[in-house]
Amino acid sequence: MSLVVRDLVIDLDGRRVVDGVSFAVPDGARVGLIGESGSGKSLTALAVLGLLPQGAEASGSITWNGRELIGRPDRELARLRGDEIGIIFQEPRTALNPIRTVGRQIAESVRIHEGLGRRAAAARAVAEARRVFLPDPQRIVKRYPHELSGGQRQRVGIAIALACGPQLLIADEPTTALDVTIQAEILELLRGLVEESGMSLVFITHDLAVLSQIATDGVVLAQGRVVESAPVRDLLTQPRSTITQALLRDAKSTLWRTGGPS
Amino acid sequence: MSRGRWLRRLWRSSTGRFGLIVVGVVAAVALVSVFWTPFSTRRTDVADRWALPGWPHLLGTDGTGRDILSLIMAGSKTAVLVAVGAGAIATVIGLALAALGALTARWIRESTAVLVDILIAFPVLLIAMMISAVWGGSLWVVIWSVGIGFGVNIARVTRPELRRVLHSDFVLAGRASGLTPAQNLWRHLLPNVAPVFIVQLSWGMAIAVLAEAGLSYLGFGAPVTEPSWGVLLAELQRQITVHPIAVVWLGLAITLTVLGLNLLGDSLRDATDPTLSRGRDPMAPPREAIRHVPGVRA
Repeated sequence: MSLVVRDLVIDLDGRRVVDGVSFAVPDGARVGLIGESGSGKSLTALAVLGLLPQGAEASGSITWNGRELIGRPDRELARLRGDEIGIIFQEPRTALNPIRTVGRQIAESVRIHEGLGRRAAAARAVAEARRVFLPDPQRIVKRYPHELSGGQRQRVGIAIALACGPQLLIADEPTTALDVTIQAEILELLRGLVEESGMSLVFITHDLAVLSQIATDGVVLAQGRVVESAPVRDLLTQPRSTITQALLRDAKSTLWRTGGPS
Repeated sequence: MSRGRWLRRLWRSSTGRFGLIVVGVVAAVALVSVFWTPFSTRRTDVADRWALPGWPHLLGTDGTGRDILSLIMAGSKTAVLVAVGAGAIATVIGLALAALGALTARWIRESTAVLVDILIAFPVLLIAMMISAVWGGSLWVVIWSVGIGFGVNIARVTRPELRRVLHSDFVLAGRASGLTPAQNLWRHLLPNVAPVFIVQLSWGMAIAVLAEAGLSYLGFGAPVTEPSWGVLLAELQRQITVHPIAVVWLGLAITLTVLGLNLLGDSLRDATDPTLSRGRDPMAPPREAIRHVPGVRA
């Protein structure tokens, strides 16, 4: 068992936003956290990294490879971040520093965790850019985020998260901000990279249709609680909770509108 | 940003090049004047008073036969000292207040913001005059008052910028890559507020040059014995109707210095912000390809 979240409670400015969430991500598993916005799925992901915003307090238990993460000093958590656990953010437009070249941002975690020098890191950035199929990697690493398209930026986001070869990847709605066609490409890329490296995945989304394309298990959240936890196939064929049924209806109407599953 | 790239961009813009050259020349002249001026600034020569520009007095002489070029050179030393001194004080105060107002606990943040708003209401130059009137004028009064005044200004503008950047995703992403908060501050936060800060700082330094000249002119700044553009201006302008050319050089020196600082600051901001770059996109198709899209007439 690599990541185990047990009875996680998060209070944000005195409000309880996550209320007793439990789930497990065994080695190599692909688990989806699914729910409407405000259901606490993003905060759960940030709590794993110890990066909750100011005013938020987590209690309960999050263990990573058997070690408790909650209450650990920030300096120790910083060693895990980007190295053992990587994260992809929802909005690639704002998740990249506008005044640093994408190459330096890709290489950042490598320089921190593997202590590579400037030149070695630059070469590594090119290799990582190639791995996420960015066009012309030699040149694209020297460019700034605003010179890239949305899909390219999200590929950079993926390259940043994967640069150190993490054992766990957290993807926080990585396709929500993208066009439908780009969404499919990015999902395809992510699935390929996850399968190839054998890392575990926590995929956060509000879209059951997207989830069904990448995750094997789903945890349905509503108002900070787990309402259903089952293999994705079961969520699709025999949803038990009303929330899941509603998500399924949404997903089906999306599929119907976009011409069926690809 | 890669080192050297922004310098090249600065040099490529005409205003940046102008600012860099002017500020560089003023700084070099100030440095030289510490060791050497064409004539001693104390050397008077009644036989040679009000000389027109020529040889050996390139810019002419004043009413006591002092060499004007030498006086301007000596005065530039004071101007640079004031600009650098006030700039350094403004930087320390401004960044400290901005950091205090953006990165700390909420009650400290908010009281800092109120403090800055109160301080900004103080008329800096009037206070400098009052202090000089009571305790006697000196350059240090000018340096500290402009430094503190512009430090508060810098804090006022930089603080919200720092807060905005602090809440952006890429700062969170930096932490998620394993940066410690201090590393994150250096790599992601400060570089992103640098453009705003640079403009304020260069403006503050330009104002410091003007304030020194203005206060010294009015007799509240440098004592008459110090070489200062303000003091010199006060002396020369008494004869402006008879010997106008003598003042022109001085006016030019002050104007150019202030203009140079401002242009340098503006261009520096543009150069450090790649999203403002107007250069050709190296990966874009050539212009001809855009013009000749089949079926579309440009």
